[in-house]
Amino acid sequence: MTLKTAAPAPAAVARRAEHQARRRKGKSPYPYWFYLPAAVVYTALFLVPTFASFFFSFTRWTLTDFTFIGLDNFVQFFQEPALLKGLTNTFIYGAVTSTLKVALGMLLAVLLTSRIIARGYLRSVIFFPVLLSSIGVGIVFTVLMDPSKGMINEALAAVGIEGPAWLVDPAWALLSVAMVDVWKGVGLATVIYIAGIVSIPQEYFEAAKMDGASSVKCFFNITLPLARPATATVIILSLIGGLRSFDLIWAMTKGGPGFTSDVIASVIFKQYQAGFYGLSTAGNVVLFLIVTAIILPLSMFLNRKEVEQ
Amino acid sequence: MTTALKRYGLGVLAIAVTVVLFIVPLAFMALTAVKDRREAAKLDFAWPTTFNFIENFQDVLSARKFMLVTAFINSTILTVASVTILVILAAMVAWILQRRRSRWNGVANFLILSGLIIPPAVVPTIWVLQSMGLFKTLPGLILIEVAFGLSFCVMLFRAFIASIPKELDEAAVIDGCGPVRLFFRVIFPLLRSVIVTVIVVQSVHIFNDFQNPLYFLPGDANATVQLTLFNFQSQFATSYNLLFMNILLITIPPFIMYLFFNRQIVAGMTAGAVKG
Repeated sequence: MTLKTAAPAPAAVARRAEHQARRRKGKSPYPYWFYLPAAVVYTALFLVPTFASFFFSFTRWTLTDFTFIGLDNFVQFFQEPALLKGLTNTFIYGAVTSTLKVALGMLLAVLLTSRIIARGYLRSVIFFPVLLSSIGVGIVFTVLMDPSKGMINEALAAVGIEGPAWLVDPAWALLSVAMVDVWKGVGLATVIYIAGIVSIPQEYFEAAKMDGASSVKCFFNITLPLARPATATVIILSLIGGLRSFDLIWAMTKGGPGFTSDVIASVIFKQYQAGFYGLSTAGNVVLFLIVTAIILPLSMFLNRKEVEQ
Repeated sequence: MTTALKRYGLGVLAIAVTVVLFIVPLAFMALTAVKDRREAAKLDFAWPTTFNFIENFQDVLSARKFMLVTAFINSTILTVASVTILVILAAMVAWILQRRRSRWNGVANFLILSGLIIPPAVVPTIWVLQSMGLFKTLPGLILIEVAFGLSFCVMLFRAFIASIPKELDEAAVIDGCGPVRLFFRVIFPLLRSVIVTVIVVQSVHIFNDFQNPLYFLPGDANATVQLTLFNFQSQFATSYNLLFMNILLITIPPFIMYLFFNRQIVAGMTAGAVKG
């Protein structure tokens, strides 16, 4: 007790040493100007546009000239059916892809950390699509999903199921793209979960087995709660990706048929192409608000520390 | 007995499912790429009667005045330049951020988090690039990739730098090392393993990027591989063999990366999964 109070805390010693070193040299060995190059690039190309977007979303804008039109862009965004559809689709797409990635990723990770054969092969083949280009994947699956000649529907027909028209059916288009997104991204969720599960101390499972717990019980009472950081990472990453997704949708449907598979990111691009820069920027602001309004509370909730120790 | 059954039964089942879901689409891509035009148009999963690898390869490269060659050169420049800048700038930021406690840390952490979450505002970015004269130029796109990739790279570097003992810095300072020498001669070489991770993950990411080149580098002269592929989609609507040959070609660089750096890629992408 007394010893503890007598000796200065190690942090204080370190701080004093740092202080002395600084006085000797006259300045810190960790100069602030090391921030400078990164800060310049980041400010000019990310922060300034982000702040500017809030301003220009209230204008009719031609890049050289702007007129202030108040909330008109936002009103239009929430009134025009084509734009509103993009908004709801964004939510659907984000929810579907991240739910499926969490569920399938967890399932595959449990499978791949159990003692089954060919784990190396399975892990590599499930992860590989993560590294493929979205455009390439999109084109391949557009061909595979061809309603009449595509392999998927031919395979389904062989077992007596009449497959939907996938990308050309308004009811299926968005879901079809979401499924391809899951196909491409589930490998990432799986390896994140594997890292999370492997870090759980083996003793817990041994003790539970000793007490006669079934593997289902082990999963729900040990794996699931202790892999929570992994779950948080998977949910956050796939939601950020899902809400912002553009590449796959643009490669596979371009928002069609009609505008039934449009998401905000594709609406932003269409308005930009059409020259409605103010409206496009308003779309960006809406996307920004949606993403932060969902991600911030969710990550705080998921990353909160467990109360009981 | 039951465990053996589970071990093999589940394994065989999993292999069967992955073959159908993953191997067949990839094999379909590769097979279609080497078929002739008429066979490829059938869109079926059949062994090609003739292998036209060389012809398709030449055709797709020479299409539209060797556009794919230009695209590969552009994409290589883009990837190498932006990853190099990213590694140096992000490591510098992460080092100071990890070592020097100050009131700037809160601001910096907030900005890093913002960079991970906030979707970039497209048209205002074009507006800024235009005012700097960098719109539709390769250097402009390089800086864009750097700006958008910084947050992720700083996070990876900072976690790693925390494991390097501070005494090392102090010893170097006592020996008369200035900040620049300290960083580039002492610290930077120690970061090798995380640098490899950052390089591999970011280069695959930037090589595969489609959205940023689409917005910030339009035009045929500056095409990148993903943009070229996208444009070929409408142009080669009837020659699937060439379209798929194009996909096959741009899949090769990430595939090679995966073969050699499998471990680093997974490490970089799963960072943050374990700490809580």
